[in-house]
Parts: sequence; structure tokens; C-alpha cells
Amino acid sequence: MKSLLSLRVNGRQRDDAVSGNLLLVDYLREVVGLTGTKIGCDGGECGLCTVLVDGKAQHACLTLAGSCDGASVETIESLSDGGRLNAIQRGFHEKLGAQCGFCTPGMVMAAEGLLRTNPDPDEATIRTEMASNICRCTGYVKIIEAVRFAADELKSETEAA
Amino acid sequence: MDGNGMPPAPITSIGEPLPMVDGPEKIAGKALYTSDFYDPSALAGAIKRSTVAHARIVSVDTSAAEALPGVHAVITGSETDEGHGVLPISRTELPIAHDKVRYKGEPVAAVAADSIEIAIKACDLIVVEYEELPAYYTAEDALAKDAVDLHDHREGNIERHVEFEIGDVDGGFADADLVHETEYHCAEVCQVQTEPHAAYVEYDGERDELTVRASTQVPYYVHLMLSKILKMPKSKIRVIKPYVGGGFGCRTEALNVEMITAMLARRAKGTVRTVVSREDTFITHRGRQEQTIKIQMGMTKDGRITAVDCKTIQRGGAHSGYGIVTILYAGSMLFAIYDLHNVRYDGKRVLTNTPPCGAFRGHGTVNTRHAFENAMDEMSKKLGLDPFAVRRVNLIPELGFTASDQWINSYGLPECLDIVEKASGWKERIGKLPPGRGLGLGCSHYISGASKPVNWTGEPHATVNLKLDFDGTVVILTGASEIGQGSNTILVQCVAEVLGIDPSRVKVVDADSRVTPKDNGSYSSRVTYMVGNAAIEAANNLKGMLVEAAARKLEVSPEDVECLGEVYRAGTQDEGMTFEEVVMAALEGTGTITAKGNFDTLPESWGGKKYRGAAIGGTMAFSYAAQVVEVTVDPDTADITVDKVWVAHDCGKALNPLTVEGQIQGSVWMGMGQALTEETSYHDGLLISGNMLDYRVPTFVDSPPIEAHIVESNDPHGPFGAKEAGEASLAGFLPALTSAVANAMGVRVHELPVTPDRLLQLLEDKERKMRSAAE
Repeated sequence: MKSLLSLRVNGRQRDDAVSGNLLLVDYLREVVGLTGTKIGCDGGECGLCTVLVDGKAQHACLTLAGSCDGASVETIESLSDGGRLNAIQRGFHEKLGAQCGFCTPGMVMAAEGLLRTNPDPDEATIRTEMASNICRCTGYVKIIEAVRFAADELKSETEAA
Repeated sequence: MDGNGMPPAPITSIGEPLPMVDGPEKIAGKALYTSDFYDPSALAGAIKRSTVAHARIVSVDTSAAEALPGVHAVITGSETDEGHGVLPISRTELPIAHDKVRYKGEPVAAVAADSIEIAIKACDLIVVEYEELPAYYTAEDALAKDAVDLHDHREGNIERHVEFEIGDVDGGFADADLVHETEYHCAEVCQVQTEPHAAYVEYDGERDELTVRASTQVPYYVHLMLSKILKMPKSKIRVIKPYVGGGFGCRTEALNVEMITAMLARRAKGTVRTVVSREDTFITHRGRQEQTIKIQMGMTKDGRITAVDCKTIQRGGAHSGYGIVTILYAGSMLFAIYDLHNVRYDGKRVLTNTPPCGAFRGHGTVNTRHAFENAMDEMSKKLGLDPFAVRRVNLIPELGFTASDQWINSYGLPECLDIVEKASGWKERIGKLPPGRGLGLGCSHYISGASKPVNWTGEPHATVNLKLDFDGTVVILTGASEIGQGSNTILVQCVAEVLGIDPSRVKVVDADSRVTPKDNGSYSSRVTYMVGNAAIEAANNLKGMLVEAAARKLEVSPEDVECLGEVYRAGTQDEGMTFEEVVMAALEGTGTITAKGNFDTLPESWGGKKYRGAAIGGTMAFSYAAQVVEVTVDPDTADITVDKVWVAHDCGKALNPLTVEGQIQGSVWMGMGQALTEETSYHDGLLISGNMLDYRVPTFVDSPPIEAHIVESNDPHGPFGAKEAGEASLAGFLPALTSAVANAMGVRVHELPVTPDRLLQLLEDKERKMRSAAE
């Protein structure tokens, strides 16, 4: 049984007929074709599929696509502005927050969600707030530096504006 | 002169903390990993797995599966009678079990269907009749006298028994002031790279050819094994490695996932996409084996090691995998870190009815090093010596060959010790910390690539091609596998450095067998050293052509041409030619330029001949690491918090300090997982930890700050002096942790992982003993 799903994905309106059991992560990857969002586990363990639903970080593998009707979903593909990395992405690039890169989209989206609600988190806050995202390459040290870099960048951008 | 009036100069790339050249793609979500390939026509592949641990397969009935609408191909063990494996002498594992299954989860059939739901349903409809055999889940059970052999060619379930004695061990013990024996047990651990295994295979029915994309560290092995099991000429197979989400060793072998997908694609005459679950990725395994290590060590009263006797047993799982190599490394890597002369080794690799183990980061060395360093720490306590003093008195006094004939040309361990001793405040703090807090030291080392390749073909160890065309872009063509460790970035830096050009002018095309030179792959930390050296040679060859072209245009002899990277000139007053002008001059009459570079290891580095298999452990350069771990233990719950780690790693010249730091921190942290939380568990051979909750990978909140220091004991043969950076720092964490806990609580946990349960038991035992002694 399919029903109509109307939502915004990365700012663009879509209407798709989807099954009631379709997961948001499969919808994004297979229906919309946005493969930036990754799958690293069999459900809810790794955080690789983290996206923003109405601005809040959420596991797309624990979210039914149908539950996003009327919502705004943002994925990693939405962050680059005019092809340029945003502040968080730049932090991940310059501070080596990404090695193999497979956890990176989810990690960046978790950081994006965090900084929108708390633009100046300290190390302990970053550790707690991002604890549901697993990385197997970095030991998290440089991810924390990347998020702090982004917070500082955003602060100076805000001050300049 | 440029606009600032400064003379032009070659641009420096080596030693610069350059962010990864492929970072933006990964961070923007544009990088395509194997599971990101979709095609509307692609079929979904699924694998049916054995539900029994050891059995003869009586029959496999696929009729119901084949009759299911939407099913395009069903294959069983009869699809191929060719085995696969790493070593030419042990290629006995079948991609799909045929006569026998040897572990729960071994593939017994596979399906390609319109959707993954149909493929899984079809797998459920396949009926396998088994005649069960006794199954062995521990090395001890598999070694029992009356045990049935898992493999006909491996009597007594021993994959390999390695025995050697170098020097005079009994004499060494006689010279010792203290002879101490200790035993350690390490649980089986898994790589848990974040990307589950995947393969995407297109079959071209018109030409009977295959294009294979797979999440692999060694596309070359995939290519070889596909040709073998499919009985297809290598020329009809193209292997492409897309972006890979980590490996840490589990993808150094060709895995059944890609082989089964290829067989399905050929059978279905189409494209098949298989992405296995996290649970099945765990079952595919190739992790680090469960292992028991007994060490007897002799020491003089000043801490000098006079003899070592090491006996170890590894539970290898159901197939050979890298087993022979692993058990050999466990012996050979006793050497080349300290000045050892008298060593006896007895190592057994045992076949059991559990998923096959493989080459996990720090391959072969980690568990043995854990026991060895702990033995040193235990003895330093007995002798009343500082752990640093014990390491220092055993340092290798001069470069050259070890007693086992391993070749050491650079040795930064002394400096590593000095740095972490100072950074951690060891001298001021050891013995003076409040109760429940402790410090521990661990040292470790690793090879910079195995000097002898597994497949001895007479080819150079590494080959790199450079393409230079009218656009002035230098394209590196390399088969080396970028899996997140930064190999593409390092190669760009090597080439840019030699040419003195902006690294953004250098691009990489990697790991496509149609396009790039063959490479032995990303394992044993070989890429920076070997492929880096090949890249340097290629760049020097290219530079020679450019200098000659510039000389022709400038009408001087090549010796008089000064190469300043973006400018070539014939004298300081000469404005010279831009790089683009030199390129156009070089293309005149010849067109697109290809330059090539090779690297071969030197025979001196091929390891010893003192025992069978002694070549395993031979390398061009050893890297070294020392680390201090600080812990706080909760006296009531025995919960361990790692407060901080100070680590120093001798990687020779740090070609890229940023990526070197990332590698060091990642290694230390992975060692922490093994030391504290990670452990596979089985119930009657059934993996019950096949997810990331029961198998506890440390999270952000469990992970400490890791202060990484780089030591540059430049290697005379390394690329710009570089050595390995991504493995040596792992092993040292384990003994540093157990020693720190011992320092904090007065008890030493001899089993890994050091769980609160294990520690609490020891603390309670200790308290009981103290109480009864008092009574």
C-alpha cells in the first residue's frame, strides 16, 4: 500500500508515492538518489545516516519516510553553498575530521544539528551530543577539533556581520 | 622575479600538513562508495548462510527458490570448484561451501533477484540438508586427540606450527638474575570499518567480460581470485576500487562477497549489487584471532633481557586466510624493537569452527607485544626498576641486522621514550598519584611493508605512471588503494615535491585495472614506503624530460637548466620559461608524455633464513612507538576511564604531519577498543555480537584526548626518509593500559578486554586475601 509523501528535501518540494514501511534512509538514497547519506549498521547503532528533519539531527534508518510528510529534510548534499564547503565541512577538511569519509556525512550533519542549537559547544558537550555517531578512523580527536574550528569560524562570521 | 621581487622557488610539499586531496568529495557527500552504485536494471544479491558449524552438505535443493517470481539466478557450491586464499599454498576456501561447511554463517548458496526482499525470500526457500560433524569453538577443543579434522590437508587442525630457537635460550636464562613466567589471553576482535562489505558487478554478455566494483584494500587480489574461481582470463575482468570506507585489514583478502556477486552476475547475465548487513560483515570477519601467549623472560638485575621463551596458540577460525603469515609474524616481531639475542618461539595456528580470522591492523604483532611488554612491566616491578629504565637498557645499540636477520636502518624508539616520559610528567607523577589513578607505558613497532610480496612474480614491488599533457596537469596513475589512510595525498605530495610545483597541479587516478598500473595493494603499511618511492622515481624521470625540453628551448645544456618548479631557467638573470611553456616544449614531436617509476625492495631486507618462514618479518624499515596511558578506576564499580594518552611515533620523515597525526591517533584509539571493550562472542559457534551495540566500539564519550608526537628518525631508503605511520601505535596501548590499571589498583588483568567484571573479580580476590592474611 503506497501513499503520497509531500516534503521538502534540501529545500526542494517533492511528492512521491511511498510504501508505509519505507525508511527515510532508503527513500533518500534509492528514490531521491541522494547517496551522500550512508548506511553503516543494521539499525540505529552507528549514526552514519544522520540527517536533519525540521532542523533536528535524526537517524534516517529509524525514521519512516511517511512520517516526514510536510517536513523539511536536509542531507549532506545541501550544505555546500555554490559548490563551496560550509564552515563545518571546511573544519572537517582542514582539521582532518574525515579519513575514510564513510561516517563523515552523518558526522557533519550531527555537528550541523548541534551548532544550530548550541553555536559554541565545549569539548565535553561535543562528546556528549555527538555520542551516537561512530567513527572508526580518527579516534574522534580531530572531529572535535573540526567542530570547534567551525564554531569559531561561525562566531567570527557572525561578529563580522 | 615575481610581483614581490622575490626570485621564484620550488614549492615545498613534503612536511606540509596538506588536507587530504580527496577530502572535499567525501565531506560533501559526493564520493561514491561501492554501495552508492545503483542502476535500475541491477539485480539484488543475497547470500544464504549455514546454520550449522560443521557438517557435510548432503544436498541443496534450490527448486522452490528458482521458481519464485523475480529470481534470476540461484547458485550453490557447485558453481566453482576453485578455492581462494592469500598464500598460493593455502587457497582452499571456496566462495560458497560445497562438500562441507565449517562455520555458522559460511555461504551455502546465493540468489540474484529483482529486489533484496525477493532475494532474501528465495534464500529462505533453499533447503540444505546437513550431516553434522563435531564442531570445535576453541583451539583447545580443536587440538584434542580425537578431534575430527576440519580440512583433510591440515592434520590435527593445525594450520601451521612454527618453532625456532635463535641464540642460546637456556644459557640466557642461566645468566639471568630473575626468570619470570606470565600468561596473557586476548579476545577475538573485529575491524568494524564503517562501510559494510559491498560489490557491484556488471556482466557484459556480448564480450563475456566482467566489470567489478568492490570495497577492497587489494583490487589486485580480487582480480586474481576472480579469474581463478570464475576460470576467466584476467584480461576479461576489470576491477575498479571506488571510495572505500576503511579496512584495517579485513579487506586485504578477496572476500566471498565480491566473488559470489561476480558468479551471480555471470549466471544472471546482468548487473548484480550485493551489500551485506553489518551482521554479515562481522561474520565475513578476517579480524584478529583469540590468542593465548605464555612468555618466560630472563632479566639481569639492571633490567637487561637475557632470554625469551614465547609459546602461543591462535584460534584461527575455519579457513587458512592469512593464518600462516599471522603466526609467523607473532614470532618474528618479537625482534627488531629491543636488543634480543636468545629467543625461543613455539606458535600454533589452529583451525576451529568459527569465522575465519585475518590481518587486522598491526597484523600478527599486537597480542604478542601485549604479553611481552606486560612481562617487562611485571619484572621491572619485581626488580624495583622504573619501566622506562627497563626499556632503555634493552634498546638496540647499533643499526644493522637483528639476531633474526631483520634489517634496521633507522631507530627512533629512544627519542619516543624521552618524549612521552616528559610529556606525561612520568618522573614527577609515577608512584605519587592518588589511589585509583595510574600511569602505564607500552612500546611497539611495525614494518613499512612486507619486503617479499605474497605473489612472487618477478615484477617490481610498485609501479607508478605519470601522465603529462597539454593542459599542464600531472596525473598520477596508481593502483595503490586509497582507503582513507591518505595514500593519494601522499603520492601527490611526493610528485609535487620532486617537480617543485603546486600540489593542486597534480591529480590522482587510482585503482582501475584498465587504467592504472598493477599494485600489490594497501596492506602491511607498504604504500607510503613502496609506492611513494616509485612515485618519486617517476617524478624524477618526468623532471628529466622537462629539463631536457627546457634546455632545447633555452639553447643550453640540461645541466645548466635550473628547475624552480613553476619556472625553468638557464641563469639567474634569465626570466626563464613557465611550467606550461616547458610542458608544450616537451610535447613537441612526441605528444602526451608518460613517465614511469618503480620500486624494488633490497635483498638485505628480505628477512632471515634461520627457520622456515623467516622472510615474514622482513621489511625495508621499522617504525617505532611509545605511549603512556593514564587511567582513573572507580573503586566500587571497577569502571576504567582513560584520562589521556601521550604517544610518540617514529615514522621517519613525516611527509604530511596532519595525516600522520590522524593515523597515530586512530591507531592508539583502536588499541583502546581492543584493550577495554571489544570482543566477539559466540553461542555454540553462532556469532551473538554481530552488531555495534554488543560489539562495543568506543564512542565519543568513551574516548580520551590523544596527544600525538612525531619522531623523525629519517630512514635512508624511505621516500624522503619516511616510514610507516598507521599501525605501530596500536599495540603499545594494550600493555600501557593494563600496566596503568596495575599501577592504579595493584592488580594486573591478564585477559583482554579489561572489563569492569574482570577487574572487579581481581580486586575482590585481593581484598579477600588481605583480609584472611590479617585474620
